[in-house]
Amino acid sequence: MSKYPIDGKYGKYGGRFVPEVLMAAITELEEAYSSFKNDTDFKNDLKYYLADYAGRPTSLYYAENLTKKIGGAKIYLKREDLAHGGAHKINNTIGQALLAKRMGKKRIIAETGAGQHGVATAMACAVLGLKAEIYMGVEDIRRQKLNMFRMELLGAKVHPVKSGSKTLKDAINEALRDWVTNIESTYYLIGSVVGPHPYPMIVRDFQNVIGNELKKQFLLKEKKLPDALVACVGGGSNAIGTFHPFAENLDVKLFGVEAAGKGIKSGKHAASLGAGFEGIFHGMLTYVLQDKEGQIQNTHSISAGLDYPGVGPEHAFLKALKRAQYKTATDKEAVDAFCLLSQEEGIIPALESSHALAFAIKIARKMNKDKTVVVTLSGRGDKDVEEVANYLREKNE
Amino acid sequence: MSKIEKVFQILKTKEEGALIGYLTAGDPNPKITPLLANSLIRGGVDILELGIPFSDPIADGPTIQAASLRALKAGTTPNQVLEIAGEIKKKQKIPIVILTYYNPIFRMGLENFFRLSKKYGVDGVVVPDLPIEEAHKYLETSKKYGVDTIFFATPSTSEQRLMKIIKSSSGFLYLVSQFGVTGTRETLQNSTVELIKKILPKTTNQIPLAVGFGVSKPEHVKLIVETGAEGVIVGSAFVNIIEKNQKNINKMLGLIEDLAYKLKESTKGDP
Ligand SMILES: Cc1ncc(COP(=O)(O)O)c(C=O)c1O
Repeated sequence: MSKYPIDGKYGKYGGRFVPEVLMAAITELEEAYSSFKNDTDFKNDLKYYLADYAGRPTSLYYAENLTKKIGGAKIYLKREDLAHGGAHKINNTIGQALLAKRMGKKRIIAETGAGQHGVATAMACAVLGLKAEIYMGVEDIRRQKLNMFRMELLGAKVHPVKSGSKTLKDAINEALRDWVTNIESTYYLIGSVVGPHPYPMIVRDFQNVIGNELKKQFLLKEKKLPDALVACVGGGSNAIGTFHPFAENLDVKLFGVEAAGKGIKSGKHAASLGAGFEGIFHGMLTYVLQDKEGQIQNTHSISAGLDYPGVGPEHAFLKALKRAQYKTATDKEAVDAFCLLSQEEGIIPALESSHALAFAIKIARKMNKDKTVVVTLSGRGDKDVEEVANYLREKNE
Repeated sequence: MSKIEKVFQILKTKEEGALIGYLTAGDPNPKITPLLANSLIRGGVDILELGIPFSDPIADGPTIQAASLRALKAGTTPNQVLEIAGEIKKKQKIPIVILTYYNPIFRMGLENFFRLSKKYGVDGVVVPDLPIEEAHKYLETSKKYGVDTIFFATPSTSEQRLMKIIKSSSGFLYLVSQFGVTGTRETLQNSTVELIKKILPKTTNQIPLAVGFGVSKPEHVKLIVETGAEGVIVGSAFVNIIEKNQKNINKMLGLIEDLAYKLKESTKGDP
């Protein structure tokens, strides 16, 4: 598995379906990355910022109260919510911002859905002295006003996106349009394991820190490997970072959890792997939520970070190989898990991560007490408190 | 020689450049597209380019984005666009090129797409998000059905890539005039003229060169043709007329014809 991608592809998935004008930039990026990734100075810089700035390693926490309450397998949490900015996103933005700096690019553009990637980009750019411009759909700005202000506070410029469905996919479209226009000066810092090659590989490599740390920490605590890993899947970066270092440990079951929104049958969901079809979108061949004519569909999830109609090509590949299984959790199941973890452990998880938690609870309940499940808690839920309050109010009315 | 190449050859003997006119098919609704095509043809367009509307057109600026949305709202489907091409072809000899993002083709299946294209008389296809590296099966299938494949060259395309792109191209080579997305521009940049001069020696006697993106005024057309390119592609300027005159179809058709006429005159050089 570690040999993928081969020629930009994960099996048949991935590739680089982009306008010709971007080919030169993508090739330049691939060459720069392959020359810097093994460079000692680059590796030391990355290590330094991840440790002293982002607060890594994040802890692996045994959720004892939750485990007792559920009464099955031991549940561990990989605490990405404790990373600087409150999510795993910083692992990627620090890495790519360091790369951009070495490539001599001074202007950074990024897309954001919930605002988490935008905030993490703004942070990395502030600390590394780069100029950040973030594209965000006006619908997402409405849902996540505070994150917009956070980005501005961190010195980034936010461009509201009014085209299409005015959410994450349109923010990516707009970032791509900016990139084709300003290709010589600009680095596109993509926020998940999506887009044309080499992005899914670069973002995965930077997110592998999650699984690599987890493996060491778990071995130290339990003297074995976990029975199952569970992570939520939007674009799929925290999940790939969790799964990839375990891909060859075939006894470790891998579960990716997508957003079922109001239920798969309602059509209001974001389960690309679960309910989508193979297609070409944002530069990659992968599973895409689309109609029978190939038009990309709008998605729904209570968590803006999972609200995306595509998914990283490596997940499509893991699904084809049956190495990972892809499941779903609804808005309601996620909110229930959100409340449960808050009450049992005093940890408010991000709504995205709550999807993973909801599914982990389901399987842990059916597993023996000597089994173990690790959930990647991709982020903290402070940003979601208002959304959950509204959800619960509406439910009670 | 394909129909598209023949048009370029005839125009060459007349010392004219080709005017390639673009419309998003189905904008503002599928019934009007054949009428708009007739106006373009009456105005003097040499090759007609019909766009299949797509939900996420990343290479397009606001004008064509809005046109795609209008066409999709009107229920336009890829199959329908090919049928419209067929309808136009029944009465007109003009070569038709289909522009589409790759996903609608992928969803339909390459075999199916090219089979239908052939059936409805489509002469060539342009796919803005399909670089030659990903086009292996696409090229195979297009050859089988005898449909031209038009690829792009851009200001960032290296000489080495350009040679490969020319090898995969038939009909004409689409030169993107400058960095950026589609849309009208006030002036043509000096860099565009330089770019044409740089590319021409590689394409001459290989494949006709047509320049698009931002080309919207007679003076742009004149300068491009004078510099030596064999054709120009104009899209957003026509689509703007459609957008502004949705309530008055006759006016829309008249203005489209007028603009096509003015642009065509500018391809003719000085007598
Ligand atoms: C906390 C959190 N988890 C998960 C995601 C989903 O992204 P990915 O699937 O790339 O990890 C996001 C995206 O915004 C997020 O903020």
